[in-house]
Amino acid sequence: MAASISRKSRKRRILPGFGVALGFTVLYFSLIVAIPLAGLVLRAFNMTWDQFWTTVTAPRALASYRLTLGAAVGAALINVIFGSMVAWVLVRYRFPGRRLLDALVDLPFALPTAVAGISLTSLYASNGWIGRYLEAAGLKVAFAPAGVVVAMTFIGLPFVVRTLQPVLEDLDPEVEEAAASLGARRWHTVRRIILPELWPALVTGFALALARALGEYGSVVFIAGNMPMKTEITSLLIVIKLEQFDYAGATALAVVMLLASFTLLLLINLLQRWMTRRQHLLGD
Amino acid sequence: MTIAMTDHTPTRYAAQQVTAEPLIVRCLLIGVAATFLGLFLVLPLVAVFVQALERGLAAYWEALSDPDARAAIRLTILTAVLVVPLNLVFGVAAAWAIAKFDFRGKSVLITLIDLPFAVSPVISGVIYVLLFGLRGWLGPWLEAHDIKIIFSVPGIVLATLFVTCPLVARELIPLMQAQGAEEEEAAVVLGARGWQTFFRVTLPNIKWGLLYGVILCNARAMGEFGAVSVVSGHIRGLTNTMTLHVEILYNEYNFVGAFAIASLLALLSLVTLAAKSLIAWKTARKPCAPARHAV
Repeated sequence: MAASISRKSRKRRILPGFGVALGFTVLYFSLIVAIPLAGLVLRAFNMTWDQFWTTVTAPRALASYRLTLGAAVGAALINVIFGSMVAWVLVRYRFPGRRLLDALVDLPFALPTAVAGISLTSLYASNGWIGRYLEAAGLKVAFAPAGVVVAMTFIGLPFVVRTLQPVLEDLDPEVEEAAASLGARRWHTVRRIILPELWPALVTGFALALARALGEYGSVVFIAGNMPMKTEITSLLIVIKLEQFDYAGATALAVVMLLASFTLLLLINLLQRWMTRRQHLLGD
Repeated sequence: MTIAMTDHTPTRYAAQQVTAEPLIVRCLLIGVAATFLGLFLVLPLVAVFVQALERGLAAYWEALSDPDARAAIRLTILTAVLVVPLNLVFGVAAAWAIAKFDFRGKSVLITLIDLPFAVSPVISGVIYVLLFGLRGWLGPWLEAHDIKIIFSVPGIVLATLFVTCPLVARELIPLMQAQGAEEEEAAVVLGARGWQTFFRVTLPNIKWGLLYGVILCNARAMGEFGAVSVVSGHIRGLTNTMTLHVEILYNEYNFVGAFAIASLLALLSLVTLAAKSLIAWKTARKPCAPARHAV
């Protein structure tokens, strides 16, 4: 321990550029990110508590929270269920086209949200490739809350798969072999041995997908139809208030969203610490 | 449908016999996973190109030669050209300070750098409107001096800088942390100057991670929609980026036009994915591979 500390302090002396690098990092980050964000919070403090509370609990705002949160949770759940299947199949099985599918999983990170938005809308509209069959079955997706779930599922898809994949790859096959040799049926092994190991990764993937979906704007605004009280997400309501020069209203709603995403970010950090600790324990 | 389940070593193969699912379960799982990915990833991607080319190549080309479309493409490229180098310098500086030195508040700084990812893109635009907009903090001063930031190109660049600022840093920090500082220390002890050490020792070690960070940053800068849409003002030919022009054309029911520009952006994302796979494959054979994912 003492040796590692002295090595660290020596490191600081040997390499050049610490002051410049850290100084530039802090300055740049403050100018581009920290100060503008702080400005938003400061502006919220200009409002009285009553003003703030009436704005953020207005019926239209409440309806938008319900839709945003509900659709985001639904999309994250869909991604947990199908994403874990995808991760399992990509890690455990060998089949033609596996690498291509694996590479495609990152598409929602790379495809601009507006492109995803218009494409999904055209697919699920009543004359679209998928929409015409769903419509015939009496299910309306585009310009309905279900469309919001579809868009949020698309943009959150990589998170569960990419969180789960490394954990699945690190699973020790000997444990499964031991379970099998002790007479466990395959389903038992999966449920009792594998699933408990995957829990932290599943919860983290869910939280990451949820956080991404809560803030999503581009893909959702096209498919949602944007009817007030019905299919209007909170991000869009902020934009509408801004366009009406209602800066106070936009600020208040933005602060609510900011608080929600910071809480989630904190939670995700704790979850990831839990995950790495478990992996270290397994490694020993 | 035959599924090759062979693993190359005989021991692994033997092990898989007891720890694998029955063939029918395997087929079913692969089927469900492939259907899910097909429905949510492949189909939307294919739909972009099909609808862009629906009226034939001539209409496609005409849509792309439209002066407003050309202006949007130029603005998007200009934004990326300004944003990517700045965030590249930021990423390298942040990673150098964080990975090679110890200081108080380091873990806080690492968490803070991720902030723009946690913030809704709309909010990234809103904060700049509140600062520089007509009724923002600096609005009156800017107007008095005839400087336009919101509803103009500087606002678009600022909002894009905000959204993409963590991308290079996030790729480099874990990579450089894993590599430690011993090699650089050896170079300095042997008499290398600071920049010499960086270009001769550090850069060769991080070049693939750096390249991947730059590619991601570029893709995100060119594809940003929410933040840019708030600050742009949607002035055709002047402050419309490609994604904003897609929105306008789509809302005017000019589907071929919208999907033609969207197809360029979709191509860019395919190139990004291919580059990612290539870099992951290049680095997989080395120790300390940065085979990380773009979460």
